[in-house]
Amino acid sequence: MHPFTFIKAGDNNTAIKAATENAASKFIGGGTNLVDLMKMNIEKPDKIIDINILPLKEIKKLSNGNILIGALVTNSDLAYNEMIRNKFPVLSEAILAGASAQLRNIATTGGNLLQRTRCYYFYDTATPCNKREPGSGCSAINGYNRIHAVLGTSDKCIATHPSDMCVAMAALDAIIHVQGINGERKIMFSDFHTLPGDHPEIENILQKGDLITAVEIPALSFAKNSAYVKVRDRASYDFALASAAVALDINNGIIKNARIALGGVATKPWRATEAEQALIGKQVSANSFKDAADIALKNSKELKFNSYKTELAKRTLISALNKIGGIA
Amino acid sequence: MSMIVGQPLDRKDGKLKVTGAAPYAGEFVVPGLVYGVTIQSTITKGHINNIDTTVAQKLKGVLGVMTYKNAMSLHQPTGSDPSSGKFAEKDLLPLQSERIFYNGQHIAVVIAETFEIAEYAASLIKVDYNEEKSVSDIHDPEAKPYQPQQGLGGTSPQAKRGNTDEVLNNAAVKLEQTYTTPVYHHNPMEPHTTTAFWEDDELTVYDSTQGVFGVQNLLSNVLGIPKNKVRVISPFIGGGFGSKGFTWANAFLAPMAAKFINRPVKITLARSFQMFTCAGRRTTTIQKINLGADSNGKISAGKHETTSETSFVDEFVENAGVATKILYDIPNLDIVQNLVRLNRGTPCPTRAPGEAPGTYAFEVAMDELAEKLNIDPLQLRLINYAEKNPVDGKEFSGKNLKECYEKGAAAIGWKDRSDKPSANKQGRYLTGYGMATATYPANRSKASVRLKLYQEGNAVAACCTQDIGTGTYTVMAQLMADALGLPFEKVEFKLGDSTFPQGPNSGGSQTMATTGPAVRAAALEAKSKAIQLAIADKKSPLYNVEESAIGVENGRLYVINNNAKGETYTQLLSRNKMPLIDVNATTDVTLKDGEKSAAANANAKKEPDNPFAKQDEKMDREKYVFHSFGAHFVKVKVDSLTGMVKVEKIASAMDIGKILNEKTAKSQIMGAAIFGIGMALMEGSVYDPNTGRIVTKDLADYHVPVHADMPEFDVQFTDKPDYNISLVGARGAGEIGITGITAAIANAVYNATGKRVRELPITPDKLI
Repeated sequence: MHPFTFIKAGDNNTAIKAATENAASKFIGGGTNLVDLMKMNIEKPDKIIDINILPLKEIKKLSNGNILIGALVTNSDLAYNEMIRNKFPVLSEAILAGASAQLRNIATTGGNLLQRTRCYYFYDTATPCNKREPGSGCSAINGYNRIHAVLGTSDKCIATHPSDMCVAMAALDAIIHVQGINGERKIMFSDFHTLPGDHPEIENILQKGDLITAVEIPALSFAKNSAYVKVRDRASYDFALASAAVALDINNGIIKNARIALGGVATKPWRATEAEQALIGKQVSANSFKDAADIALKNSKELKFNSYKTELAKRTLISALNKIGGIA
Repeated sequence: MSMIVGQPLDRKDGKLKVTGAAPYAGEFVVPGLVYGVTIQSTITKGHINNIDTTVAQKLKGVLGVMTYKNAMSLHQPTGSDPSSGKFAEKDLLPLQSERIFYNGQHIAVVIAETFEIAEYAASLIKVDYNEEKSVSDIHDPEAKPYQPQQGLGGTSPQAKRGNTDEVLNNAAVKLEQTYTTPVYHHNPMEPHTTTAFWEDDELTVYDSTQGVFGVQNLLSNVLGIPKNKVRVISPFIGGGFGSKGFTWANAFLAPMAAKFINRPVKITLARSFQMFTCAGRRTTTIQKINLGADSNGKISAGKHETTSETSFVDEFVENAGVATKILYDIPNLDIVQNLVRLNRGTPCPTRAPGEAPGTYAFEVAMDELAEKLNIDPLQLRLINYAEKNPVDGKEFSGKNLKECYEKGAAAIGWKDRSDKPSANKQGRYLTGYGMATATYPANRSKASVRLKLYQEGNAVAACCTQDIGTGTYTVMAQLMADALGLPFEKVEFKLGDSTFPQGPNSGGSQTMATTGPAVRAAALEAKSKAIQLAIADKKSPLYNVEESAIGVENGRLYVINNNAKGETYTQLLSRNKMPLIDVNATTDVTLKDGEKSAAANANAKKEPDNPFAKQDEKMDREKYVFHSFGAHFVKVKVDSLTGMVKVEKIASAMDIGKILNEKTAKSQIMGAAIFGIGMALMEGSVYDPNTGRIVTKDLADYHVPVHADMPEFDVQFTDKPDYNISLVGARGAGEIGITGITAAIANAVYNATGKRVRELPITPDKLI
């Protein structure tokens, strides 16, 4: 591990100032991903800014009915929160489908947004990786790419975004609250993560020194009819081969509104708006779900070892839609 | 007298382990200890042009960097038998040359005051290579198969009986299929670790090993120092599964580094990469099976041809056909073994080497044949049941497999199985049942034990063997307690120290079957000596009583039909001013599928002086074959939409002789079945198709089963003592549980889905 200095920030401004001043600094919350990456010599910060004493640990209901989740709320606290479980089960289910109880007890909401890919090659400093070392090449495209993305890829990077929580948040149109050196701002979830394109090393639109302070979940009446389905190689403690977050507004068997996001198959938490549109006005049926799944994956770009993902993602999505639509 | 043997007692060391008080090899605090971190090659074949250590050397706290340029010269190891120490890569002693044979080969050791400094310094070392074209995949056309003539322990991996080709050709029903298993890594919880220190010319080593005696032998050999100057200590092992049965470079690198900087040095392999490159693996197998049968299901001929991999620096044969020879009564049979050399580290035994992947392929083939014949798979096994050893016609020392089939079938509800696949469907969930036969040889070799029965009424026995988590400490104490007539709390069994009398290595499921009879003999002799002392002692209430009329219970010697007449060990020994009774026992019985191991032949048999050892040794074993059998029955549920498989229940019935401790024995079978879930459904190491470097390099990418994958387990035993193997009556339990289980799961998945996946693991993508 690269040597670093460690400071504790007592308030947001101190944290942001410290981060802005030092080019190679990192905030640390739960550290469940950062410390791993430091041990593997992938992240080499000179300065670690501990933000764990900042007052960002609350989950509260705003006057407009939205829910504001502090950036330091742990994954466990969020998943087991009563409001989240009742009004946004998809978010609770997604979080509980990820990691292990031990990790969820310390991993934070803000940190989860910034999780980095689990691409094998990103983790191996002896191999080229454009995300880790821009311009060095991608080992996965012609290598072993069973776990890699089929959506949102580029010829520079095919790494999947690993988060489960983010897939649910993408479906729920979450809003990310950020405080930077120039004050506070809000970022729509769909704008937050970036596609790899020519710059896979850039994964989101945060600027140097930006501190995520909260995630806002807008009120959505039919979000209570939501679910998260995750398919993986074992029953727990594994990243998704494919996952789907779904919410449906159903009235007399007709779909009035739909939210769909996919995980495990894309380079960022993947909102499938076209598939959502295709469902609106349709009857709850195996056929309409299959059509939506086909649309969601129509731009799938398969490689040697991940070609199964197109079909698996469709089936995963259908499984989630079935669950909400009441199809066995 | 209530027997302690057979009771499902908690482990003697259970509390130590769960409280963290059990000292594992990597946890010994040696004054002045410093840390070695090894660096591995990042190319797959070639040589090192230069290792630039200048930046690393300048770091504060770095004590030295050891490379092929400055490391001490090593001597070629002489032995190749695991019982006397087997270095896994005989042609690649560490840091002796600039040549690279595989990706992940040790090329340097950084030694520093702290682990953290050593790690950081290691990241600053720059290596310049000359890379050559490698052969790193078994399917590579450059990989040239050859037929090895010797397997593990000198056995032949090729076998032939009858006239296979002709009979196969003329068979009414034929099956030909190819099955592949991927590379599996052992992944014990405790990584390989060695701590070494020198005191003048004497070396002490704490090493996590399945063969303490072998490591001592090898260190003496390779470092060129007398054996009596080397002490190896390994009281607890956090799992080995075969990976610690052979010795790896870390065992040499630590003493080399300790000499290099004159300080005690600890080297522990990192889970990430290192445990996947330089600590062994189970090789890929490609297995082609041919079966021919008549329309009634009687198999007339079979062929089992395996191709597995080895390295360029040693030869290891994963002889997958080994169990096929003995499983069923097949008159015409060919076992063929091919080997391919790859630029990968050397494979090594993994829990049931040969048998585990071999029974997967063969027992799936049996399932496929049963379907072709329209015969229940269990019935097909009964039709071809081998009453005697099909290899040589010998009697089995004890075979109660039919009882296992009955127990397992009843426990799983075999009658609910439909012969038609994917017939059992509820909504989108498919239920299926599968079964397979399990088998593993009942090995036994030589062991010596020293036992001290103390005046205080307690006893301590010692043997240089190991407890690899299987329960040796506990089961040996149970044997001692019964033989000595002492409470379980008053006996202690010590192991894992090369200063103790030589015991077996913990491989081939032989620790208990080998050490047990020696412990029994020593304990009985100590008791007998005490009784004789009493009989000859005028002051003893037992004076002049017949030895056979005396019993011992709870530390008290008494007349069997007059319980009131007696005295305790303590009373007897104190009166006679004897602090203890000290006995030795050696039992030298070597069984290996009826063959003698190379080691046994080399060591002339020494006449034992212990009458109880003699009684055990003089038994005629020539007429028997020593082999255990069992059966696994599995129920699975498959989500037909997503392809996810849930193993719902595993019912295992094993015939392994007398059960000495039902709890530890069940744990062995259950643990092995969990291995089987991994093999069947999720485990498998992958190497980069372009570079040959390991891709699945840690436990995030290499999936072992987790709690959420666990089914209901139902483990049963026939519990029929096998007094032909020894007077203890027990055969080994460690490996048989992993044989057959993978096939039983795969067969259940087929029965559920109608999809026959012949390439493990059966991941969701293969079922959609």
